[in-house]
Amino acid sequence: MKYLKTYDEKCIGCNQCMTACAMAFFKEDNPAKSAIQVVALPDGGFHLVVCDQKYRKCVDECPTQAISINRQGVVMINKKLCIGCFACVAVCPIDAMRRCDGLENPFKCVACGVCVKGCPTQAIEIVTEE
Amino acid sequence: MKNTKIHVDVDALKARHVLLKEFRYELRPVVRGYNMRTLYVNVSSNEIKEKAVSEEMKQKFTGGKGFGLKLLWDAISDTTRWNDPENEINIAMGPICGNTNYPGSGKSLVVSISPLTDIPIDSNVGGYFGPYLKFSGFDAIEIQGKAERDVIVYVDGNQGLVRIFEAPGEAVDSHILAEQMVELFAANELEKMHISTVSAGRGAEHALIGCLNFSFYDRRRKVSRLKQAGRGGIGTVLRDKKIKAVVVKYSGLSGKSNNPVDLDKLQQTGLKLHKEIIALDDQQCRMRQIGTAHLVEIMDEYDLLPTHNFKFGRHVKTPKINSHAFYDLITHGLPDGCWFGCTMACAKAADGFRLRTGPYKGQRVTVDGPEYETVGGCGSNIGVFDARAVMEINFYCDTYGLDTISFGTMTAFIMECWEKRVLNAERTGGLIMRWGNWKAALELMHQIARGEGFGLIAGLGTRKMKQYFVEHFGADPQLMQDIGCECKGLEYSQYVSKESLAQQGGYSMALKGPQHDEAWLIFMDMVNNQIPTFEDKAEALHYFPMFRTWFGLQGLCKLPWNDVEPADNAQTSEPAKVPEHVQNYVDIYNAITGGNLDKQALILQSERVYNFQKVLCMRLGRGRRIDDIPPFRMVGPVTTQEYKSREDRYDQQLREKVGVDPAGKSTKTKLKILRRYREEQYQHLLDAVYKRKGWTPEGVPTPEHLRKIGMDLPEVLAVVERHLR
Ligand code: SF4
Ligand code: SF4
Ligand code: SF4
Repeated sequence: MKYLKTYDEKCIGCNQCMTACAMAFFKEDNPAKSAIQVVALPDGGFHLVVCDQKYRKCVDECPTQAISINRQGVVMINKKLCIGCFACVAVCPIDAMRRCDGLENPFKCVACGVCVKGCPTQAIEIVTEE
Repeated sequence: MKNTKIHVDVDALKARHVLLKEFRYELRPVVRGYNMRTLYVNVSSNEIKEKAVSEEMKQKFTGGKGFGLKLLWDAISDTTRWNDPENEINIAMGPICGNTNYPGSGKSLVVSISPLTDIPIDSNVGGYFGPYLKFSGFDAIEIQGKAERDVIVYVDGNQGLVRIFEAPGEAVDSHILAEQMVELFAANELEKMHISTVSAGRGAEHALIGCLNFSFYDRRRKVSRLKQAGRGGIGTVLRDKKIKAVVVKYSGLSGKSNNPVDLDKLQQTGLKLHKEIIALDDQQCRMRQIGTAHLVEIMDEYDLLPTHNFKFGRHVKTPKINSHAFYDLITHGLPDGCWFGCTMACAKAADGFRLRTGPYKGQRVTVDGPEYETVGGCGSNIGVFDARAVMEINFYCDTYGLDTISFGTMTAFIMECWEKRVLNAERTGGLIMRWGNWKAALELMHQIARGEGFGLIAGLGTRKMKQYFVEHFGADPQLMQDIGCECKGLEYSQYVSKESLAQQGGYSMALKGPQHDEAWLIFMDMVNNQIPTFEDKAEALHYFPMFRTWFGLQGLCKLPWNDVEPADNAQTSEPAKVPEHVQNYVDIYNAITGGNLDKQALILQSERVYNFQKVLCMRLGRGRRIDDIPPFRMVGPVTTQEYKSREDRYDQQLREKVGVDPAGKSTKTKLKILRRYREEQYQHLLDAVYKRKGWTPEGVPTPEHLRKIGMDLPEVLAVVERHLR
């Protein structure tokens, strides 16, 4: 299984990963369109929210079977089948399935690794587990 | 467990098709929830055409049931009966229908003159047909005429094509027919999801309680599922028209199919409710786990579960048919919405269910349900406390095209007639109609499907059976009237209304007949005592029917309104209305249509259509005060046995409400006094409710009221004037 592993304690909140992700998929530096979310905590630290490819509740919830798991173990949305109901967003226990105004479909992390290069502190890395 | 495979020989079916008519139409996108046209199909003349929807029609009738009724009004005469060719089956959707965001947005509204009541029936049903027809280009389909031989009407929403063809080879029973349709019209496995069929079954050919099945293809189960437009015999009308199926195919559904004005707002509101359901449903109604069957134990606890023909409200054996018993039979963990985006997901089903009787005996099938109503009607009300038996009755009702509610209530009546020796084995042709004899209940149904024996009499429904038993078996007419649980000719749905005056009204004043979809006030009235006075009850019997009518104008399901409630709902000023959800509806209506509706204008939309439907009943010779009188079984105890079962409660009422001391009086005497009191109370209720609704004491909407709500169309006023004279 391939996924983006996060280390909250290393994150300095520079938001570079969000920029990288949103640029890569939406050609826009808009944090709302990033599949990884940097959440500022009251204690001054940060929490990184992104799909760990493990819960997979969205896979069972999708009424059209638009969500499946690819060969690398990554949860993927097939836009051709998606009818934009956002049930998957509601059912995700860690808020990793995202919805943004102006978009017809949900989106999520596909473990591509683009954001990893942008992070100055190695707070994220792509990991492959059995 | 796997289902028995249904083999479909597509080539053999096709070889026998005879094309009668083909019609092409221009494809146009839906704009802000409307197509502004409807489809007219006549299976006598094979005429097919589109009709424009005028701005006035949209303003006055909104959509859904409003459109269905308006089309019906224009198509019939004052004397049209259910089996006249001019009677129609109208399936209409409404502006909100078909959005994939807000849970419960995929309903079709079906309207027709009912064989049971001789007035319009309306039925709210899931499945994919309505939304697909809408995105194919029409706000409604209007089907008139009678075919000579069995036909199928097919709409292809991507090609802009409508066909009528003779179809002698297809099955009549719905679970097979729906499979045949996906095999016939889907080019591949994926396209099966894009097909929906409306059909009835063999039972609907011989009984007046026929229902329609609306299919949806379940990709995970790989089977066509069925949702029912159950009430009032529309399936009977379909088969009388010799229509085997109405089929629609549409590929291309998306979150924008309605072309809403404000997609963001629509998505946000939908997502808010999805989250609420996911977070709260497990602690509230458990709809996602077990569907409406969760109600069985609740109703039993409150003495409201109809038992032995509504005599009692609970039974020691209820645990055998409660939600836990059915939990063991159904398949779990699937997104069981009857339309996309319904996370309430109450459309449960059992798979690989092995049948023990009838033509499909030994086969394994998927059974949709059971819904609470089916458990009440085909379980406790007929004394069947066996979950598998209820499932089997459910399956056969569906595939035969019979309404489980009417079948349950009418069988309960038959069983009480058996108990009271109005019926015996000689009169039933050997069927032993004892409480709990599920085999006999099923055999009765198989007889209906075969069109033979006592099944033919039963299939007439409760009202006609009463008459028949009086005329042929010398039954006491008063007893028949008291225990035959129908009003206006329609069988009651499955709640005991004896201890709630408001619900007695909610049932018996419902325009189409006693179905609880207009009002369900038992908890407000009986349990929480929130509406103590006649005025309070009248206000509730105004507001809730109007509010709930709106679901039918929009193509919405009622369940996501109050079968899940926001966490802080109890702290609001009017929890019974679920104010936040009402606001959601206002918001999604405006987001789709671009209108600026508010909560008051919402009620006004309903009031127009509601009064129009009332006047349509009057035009057909009904809709009078006497049509709103319930049988006494739904009002209070008919027999001393029932009185004794709740003696303390009734004695207390005599003392405190009637001012009569029950001590020393015989049960018979007490029964009489109580009956007189309750019947009077009901009449007072009628007065109060009619007044609140803007009607005369005879139940006629006044011209002033019609003018006030903007339903003063000349044809409507003409009918009203006739009744006021
Ligand atoms: S939004 Fe799309 S991917 Fe998510 S559950 Fe709905 S159809 Fe499936
Ligand atoms: S791994 Fe790719 S999809 Fe996931 S957050 Fe990073 S950039 Fe976005
Ligand atoms: S709540 Fe149930 S009946 Fe209503 S739309 Fe959802 S699945 Fe269908």
